[in-house]
Amino acid sequence: MTYEPEVRERLERDAKEIIGRYPRPRSALLPMLHLVQSVDGHITQDGIEFCAETLGITPAQVTGVSTFYSQYKRAPMGEFHVGVCTNTLCAIMGGDQIWDELTAHTGVGHDEAMPDGKISLERLECNAACDFAPVMMVNWEFFDNMTPEKAKRLVDDLRAGKDVAPSRGAGSLCSWKQAARVLAGFPDGRAHEGVPAGPESLRGLELARERGWTAPSPDEDREQPHEPVGAGEITDPPPNEPGEPIGGDVKPGSQEGRNQ
Amino acid sequence: MTTLTPVLTRNWDQADSFTRAGYEREGGYRALRKAFTMAPDEIVQAVKDSGLRGRGGAGFPTGMKWGFLPPSSPNPRYLVVNADESEPGTCKDIPLMLANPHVLVEGVIISSYAIRSNHAFIYIRGEVLHVIRRVQRAVEEAYEAGYLGKDILGSGYDLDVVVHSGAGAYICGEETALLDSLEGFRGQPRLKPPFPAVAGLYGGPTVINNVESISSVPSIVEHGADWFASMGTEKSQGYGIFSLSGHVTKPGQYEAPLGITLRELLDMAGGVRAGHRLKFWTPGGSSTPIFTDEHLDVPLDFESVGAAGSMLGTRALQIFDETTCVVRAVLRWSEFYAHESCGKCTPCREGTYWYKQMMKRLEAGQGTEEDLETLLDISDNILGRSFCALGDGATSPVVSSIKLFRDEYLRHFELGRCPFDPAKSTLWGGAK
Ligand SMILES: Cc1cc2nc3c(=O)[nH]c(=O)nc-3n(C[C@H](O)[C@H](O)[C@H](O)COP(=O)(O)O)c2cc1C
Ligand code: SF4
Ligand code: FES
Repeated sequence: MTYEPEVRERLERDAKEIIGRYPRPRSALLPMLHLVQSVDGHITQDGIEFCAETLGITPAQVTGVSTFYSQYKRAPMGEFHVGVCTNTLCAIMGGDQIWDELTAHTGVGHDEAMPDGKISLERLECNAACDFAPVMMVNWEFFDNMTPEKAKRLVDDLRAGKDVAPSRGAGSLCSWKQAARVLAGFPDGRAHEGVPAGPESLRGLELARERGWTAPSPDEDREQPHEPVGAGEITDPPPNEPGEPIGGDVKPGSQEGRNQ
Repeated sequence: MTTLTPVLTRNWDQADSFTRAGYEREGGYRALRKAFTMAPDEIVQAVKDSGLRGRGGAGFPTGMKWGFLPPSSPNPRYLVVNADESEPGTCKDIPLMLANPHVLVEGVIISSYAIRSNHAFIYIRGEVLHVIRRVQRAVEEAYEAGYLGKDILGSGYDLDVVVHSGAGAYICGEETALLDSLEGFRGQPRLKPPFPAVAGLYGGPTVINNVESISSVPSIVEHGADWFASMGTEKSQGYGIFSLSGHVTKPGQYEAPLGITLRELLDMAGGVRAGHRLKFWTPGGSSTPIFTDEHLDVPLDFESVGAAGSMLGTRALQIFDETTCVVRAVLRWSEFYAHESCGKCTPCREGTYWYKQMMKRLEAGQGTEEDLETLLDISDNILGRSFCALGDGATSPVVSSIKLFRDEYLRHFELGRCPFDPAKSTLWGGAK
């Protein structure tokens, strides 16, 4: 099996752009693996051969690299790849229970996809969001402060084709393949969507404001922070295809469950 | 009493903090204009004088690192930003880049100018899609504004910045593994010397710095080295983001001068969650030996934390209360290190594997006191004998937990099972 001519043509064009970013072509390998994954959904023999041919290295060299990194998948994943952080802090805060209930709920395990191809699961290591524990990721977008119930509802909603918004991320989830394309370095124009920071990220700042704490002020003319600008006032860049902000069940930054 | 000092976090509550317009409204890119009125060496000197030490874990003086670049070399020079943030517990660079990517971009431009590099790379872990979008967009906006590209702001200085996504491997945070990864290989650490400053990316002189280190540079250039050094302690100067997570009432990011204590921070964060008390915590991620409530007043600066037997690391304060089984925590960290060991050297590859196997058995209550001695023996064979610091880091939770909580290990063996109920530790199980 090889790529259809149009697919191959587009891949070649994209690969050329990627290679052009770097002083040496070989640096393009990781983005190119993201690129072929954005076409195939996982790392296929075609993808490996394409990377090898384009960069003038052997398929074995490409395979050696692709198998080293956990984001490159050896088998098809779901349209929505659902990760549960089970590193220590999240595990103890409930990630282990979420994982157990979610695997029972879906019938699949680590790096496996459900038969309908909609959902796959992965046990994640720390995703740098520990203050929002327990943390889940869907197509590498953040779902904060999760519970087993919220996790199962999230998966059900995704399977039912409902739009779902991450806690801190774009207005709605893109597909697994679309996400891979962004990772390959092709922006999708959605950077302006979503919050600047989750509530936890702002805790220190809010306290400082409340108590009038600031860093020492060197030049007196330094402007004091402005009042927060409303989300509606953001104009740059103009939203292209704004995703419907989803009320839904998983609310951005929802605090449900904490200290109740 | 120490108070918070928001600098990098100062604009995070502005809805457009991540746009150029929002950043500039708060004074962003002023430092860049000032930097171009200075000679590159003056900026290096200012960063040296500020006392800024690497915020990625090791705390190496940033200005000194820059000073190691040879004055001239046949190969191009590079700046590489380490945005791989994957050390368990560490969660500061990711919210920083999400809310304030332009402070990083401004820092990259000033730092590259200071070290006379015309090509910079931001290596971001691949598992944070929206953060990557924000940084990609910030770089685009900087090009549009003429802050990147050719003849930046008429200075005659050229710079290109590439945003590069990783693909899931903790070891790629180690600086030389990161370089191998960026060159398109498996991310495995390189033998040092030569250090990256002499032969780094593509063999050229290379500076590798953490996101927060580079993001601190604009404020140093704008307000001066003395301003920066007026915060913090004598040898750990400036501010840093402290990340509180776990069993604390208000987990989150708290930007404060180095030297603040956990007691002060917990006070600000509403204390350990209601009805519970502190059992153990990490001062700087899973690779730093754990502390207990005896260490609440240790100033969180490089020297004091070191003197108390741990490391400041990444200021990743993971808080665990008395419902938490320390053996379970250490087991999970050991599984992490075994999973992430790159396999290049034997002490780490084999040692972390044995850790994992043994810890599993001990957590299930199938161990003896002798096993603890074996664990310490294995640790002796990893620590200082591994090729890179991942192996050393793997020993921290094991050794420190046996030292501080030997009785708890023994209780597992006596009972033949874990004495704790994991449900009690959860976010929802804390309900009383
Ligand atoms: C296993 C391992 C993982 C690391 N991960 C990171 C990381 O994710 N981010 C980071 O900045 N430094 C990380 N470091 C430290 C880097 O090797 C390096 O010291 C740092 O990026 C230098 O930047 P700084 O001087 O600005 O702190 C890691 C080190 C090791 C051994
Ligand atoms: S210490 Fe571990 S991660 Fe580091 S080189 Fe050795 S095997 Fe690889
Ligand atoms: S431990 Fe789960 S995000 Fe850090």
